[in-house]
Order: sequence, then C-alpha cells, then structure tokens
Amino acid sequence: MPSTALTAAHPLKDVAASDSSLRRFLHGLPGVDAVGLEGRAASLGTRSIKTTAKAYAIDLAISMVDLTTLEGADTPGKVRALGAKAVNPDPTDRTAPSTAAVCVYPDMVPVAKEAVAGSGVKVASVATAFPAGRAPIGVKLADVREAVAAGADEIDMVIDRGAFLAGRYLKVYDEITAVKEACGTSARLKVIFETGELSTYDNIRRASWLGMLAGADFIKTSTGKVAVNATPANTLLMLEAVRDFRAQTGIQVGVKPAGGIRTSKDAVKFLVLVNETAGEDWLDNHWFRFGASSLLNDLLMQRQKLATGRYSGPDYVTVD
Amino acid sequence: MSDRLTVLKTYKLYVGGKFPRSESGRVYEVTDAKGRWLANAPLSSRKDARDAVVAARKAFGAWSGATAYNRGQVLYRVAEMLEGRRDQFVREVADAEGLSKSRSAAVVDATIDRWVWYAGWTDKIAQVVGGGNPVAGPFFNLSSPEPTGVVAVLAPQESSFLGLVSVLAPVIATGNTAVVVASEKSPLPALSLAEVLATSDVPGGVVNVLSGRTAEIATPLASHQDVNAIDLAGADEELAKDLEIAAADNLKRVLRPQPVDYAETPGIDRMTAFLETKTVWHPTGSLGASGSSY
Repeated sequence: MPSTALTAAHPLKDVAASDSSLRRFLHGLPGVDAVGLEGRAASLGTRSIKTTAKAYAIDLAISMVDLTTLEGADTPGKVRALGAKAVNPDPTDRTAPSTAAVCVYPDMVPVAKEAVAGSGVKVASVATAFPAGRAPIGVKLADVREAVAAGADEIDMVIDRGAFLAGRYLKVYDEITAVKEACGTSARLKVIFETGELSTYDNIRRASWLGMLAGADFIKTSTGKVAVNATPANTLLMLEAVRDFRAQTGIQVGVKPAGGIRTSKDAVKFLVLVNETAGEDWLDNHWFRFGASSLLNDLLMQRQKLATGRYSGPDYVTVD
Repeated sequence: MSDRLTVLKTYKLYVGGKFPRSESGRVYEVTDAKGRWLANAPLSSRKDARDAVVAARKAFGAWSGATAYNRGQVLYRVAEMLEGRRDQFVREVADAEGLSKSRSAAVVDATIDRWVWYAGWTDKIAQVVGGGNPVAGPFFNLSSPEPTGVVAVLAPQESSFLGLVSVLAPVIATGNTAVVVASEKSPLPALSLAEVLATSDVPGGVVNVLSGRTAEIATPLASHQDVNAIDLAGADEELAKDLEIAAADNLKRVLRPQPVDYAETPGIDRMTAFLETKTVWHPTGSLGASGSSY
C-alpha cells in the first residue's frame, strides 16, 4: 500500500500553511466544464456489459458494498441481521462474495463487530455528528474516539459544509486532520462532502482536493440523507481528483459514492466510470465502495438471474 | 389544394402507465384478416416482460388494497371510456378479425358489457366465495378471498378484443395486477385498449400490455420468480405444456387453455382462479361456567 501522508519535502505540503495559501490553491484548481463532465458521465453509462463481464461486475460490486443502516430506529437485532447478510449475502448460494463492510452509527459498532467477527467484513461507523456535522469539535472528536475504541475499522466523517461554503477552508482542513489523528493507525478515514449541498462542480473538486490534502483515505460523495446524493457526474469528478492526486503525490485515495444507487445497472455504470477514469488499480474494495442498502438485493437478484436463467423476485432476498 | 397527408398511428406498449416502444427497438407488421398491412406493432423482448413485471409488482399494493367498491367504479369507468371510442374499436376489430361492421359492433358492445359485468362483481365475489365457517369451538372462523399477485395473461389468439377483455377483467377485478401478452396476429385492439385504460383511473402498472411473439414473451414470464400466476389462454398445446413446466418452479397458479365461447356469460371461474383464501380464527370471548360467554 502506498504511504498515506505527504512527505515534508513535497510541494503540496505547504498549501495548508495558512487560510490564504489554501484558498489560493483551491481556487487555482481548473474550473469544471459542467457540460463536458455530464456528457462524459452519460456516454460512459451507455457501455454494454453482458454475460461473463456482467457476472464479474456483479460479484465485484457486491464485494464493494458498504451495507448501511443509518436510521434512528436501528435496533441491535437489525444490526445483527445486517451483519449476517453482509457475511453471507445470499444464503441460497454460498458462492456469493461477502460485502466489504457494514456501516452503522457509533453506538452500534460493538454489535456490528460481534455480528461480523471472523469473516473479514469490516465495520464502518459514521461519526462527527453525522449527518449534519453541526457540533463542537470536541464532541466530534469524542464521537470518533468512541467509535474507534469500540473497534470500528473505518470512520465516515462529514465535513463542516457551513465552514466550507463560507470559504473557511482551513477550518475544514484542520477538522479533517484532527479526526484523522483520532482515527489513529487502526481506522481508515472516509470524508463525506455531501456533494448535494456544495451546489457547484467547482466546489466538489475543491472539496475533494481539500480532503485528500488533509489525509483522507477515502472521499465519499454524500450521507444519503439529502435530496441529491451520488450521481455519475459528481463521482466521475471525484475519480478524476483521486487520479490526479496520485499522479502528483503518489498517494492513492479511495472513492465511495453513497445514496441513490439502487440497481445493478447503476452500479455497473459506476464501475465503468472507475475503470475508465481512475483505472484498474481502483477496481478493488480497498479503493472503491458503494454506500448502499437496497442495492445489494438488486445485485443478488441479478446474480440469481445469471445463475439460473430465470428472473428473480423480491421474495427470494431478505427484507431489511 | 393538395390532399391532406395521412397521420399514421404508432402503436406502442403499455407499461407502468406509460407508452414506451419496445426496449429492443423492434416492430413487426400487423395485417388484417385478408393480409393487407394495417400498422407496425412493437415486437417485445424478454426485457420488456421484465419491466412490465416490475411495474405490475409496484402497482399491486395500492390496487389490491383499494376497496372493492372503488375497483368497481374504476372498471365501470373503463366501460364508459370504451363507449366513447366505440367507432374506433368497431373498425379495429373488424379489420383484425375480418368481421362485417355490424358483427364487429356486436362484439364491441358485448365487450363493453363484459367490463360492466365484472365491475359489478368486485364487491360481491367476497360474499360468494368467502364467509363465516361453522367450527366446534368458541371462535368466529372467517374466510375471505385475496388476490394472488402479479398475473401473466396470454390473451386468446383469435378473439382479439372480447376474448382479451374476458381474460383480463376477471384478473384485475379481484385486485390482481396483470401483464398481458396481446394476440400475436391481431394486437391492435389490445394496444388501443391500453389507451382507454390510461384515461380511466386505472392506476399505472395495474395492466401492462405487451405485443409480439407469444412464445418469446411468455417463456420468461412463466419462469419469472416474481409472477404469481399465469393464464395460458393464448398458448397452443405444445407451448402451454412448456410454460406449465417452467411455471412449476415457483409454484405459480396456472390456468390451462380450454375451449371457451367468449360470447357466453362467463361465470366466476376466471375470478376464483386467481384468488387465494385467507381464513382467520377470532375468539368469541371467554367461556363462563355454563360453557358460554353470553
């Protein structure tokens, strides 16, 4: 695995020295050609993926799912059921791969940890006052430390969109570095930008670079709690950012679109985006994830269709 | 003054309340009884069948949950709308089946009457096939019929309109949703009926109409795990056998093809074929010393 921190000698090391230098850097990033971006995302979405390639893509997509439940009504029983599903997504077909992780609120981490013990499925926890992120920094860090102490392998933090939109980039940067520190060496950090609230593609590009400079292991589109979540266009933009970041620094950062991806067809389109933009290095659940819950059932139904030749139905997958 | 250009109609499928072309982009030529070209109809693929099942499943909750009285009103509305487009259907049925105008008009009238007949049955079928059962215990024991779910309907090949309605109306009257495969040779009355359904308060997805090769569309429907029943009225003997085997995998209810005179009063068999009976036991109350709670 490549190193995850900029060396002291790297030219990008100093951009966060002050608020003004960081702003100068982020506003110096090339503007996004919105029409071109959407056109490119749409044209990549027309690829036809069939038969063996489709089977490969479906299994890959299943192995990339962060099976998520983030409801106020989550019970330990529901989290345990989700854990069991993550380990064995299709009880009728043990050749189906496990998902990458389960994603829960911090207080459910111990339950989730127990449910997936010994399986290799990771436990991700949202933290930092998810989903709004409107809490004092002390509370956010305590949230993260608790989750890490409970055994979370991955932390999904939200950035302070208010500070970002107000142009206080250094505050956002400092918060990410502080959370990264709280994650220690054991947990990988995913940084959620909530792209639906950033209003412009330029902002999404800036947020991506800001997150990567601050030490994110993953950049993630959204919380799944707002109207606009992961779209092909904003995911494509973030994939371009991680590709360019690695070219400049040698550091590989993962991407996680979350929310709104419900069908196998959509998931395969995202995999095409990954392959054509960031490249094959990202076609692995260490570097690309889907934040989703209902997507898994559709992937499983498609998998059953490929295996049996019959269209499957919702009666043959679990109700979560 | 030049002659006016004729405006030809593009016949389309009816899936989920919308009128899409076939996903495959294919069409086939439909001719009248004498072999003259009438129109191009969509040649559906198995993916159109899949999409139709998804739409029918989505519509099932609300349609089966609607009150029987409401379903009756909606079906009566279909008859009202048909009445307004009577001339169009008389022409289409005459072309499709090679009937004279007056014979065709009689068929269309019978079809409209059939909608009214089934509209009346929606809130009466439960009294006929459900009810209280006598049991030896302090319980009320009640049976009530419930719709099976998504029903694939292979419409009769010869009777393109009266036959179609005679197999479709009983399916939806009781609260099922339907994926209809129109008559292969004469699909136009079915595709036009979809336009009537779209404007008669029938919620989108309750009826989905596909045209094309019956065998090609019916095969994925028969093996589809999310289809609960299949009416094989439009299948020939050999196809019906294959479909019945495919349908066995998820224990679909299968209605085998049988000789039917669609002009006759139909009886309730087609409704009960796609109903399931739910029976509940409810205690009458605690027993007193006398052995009765009263």
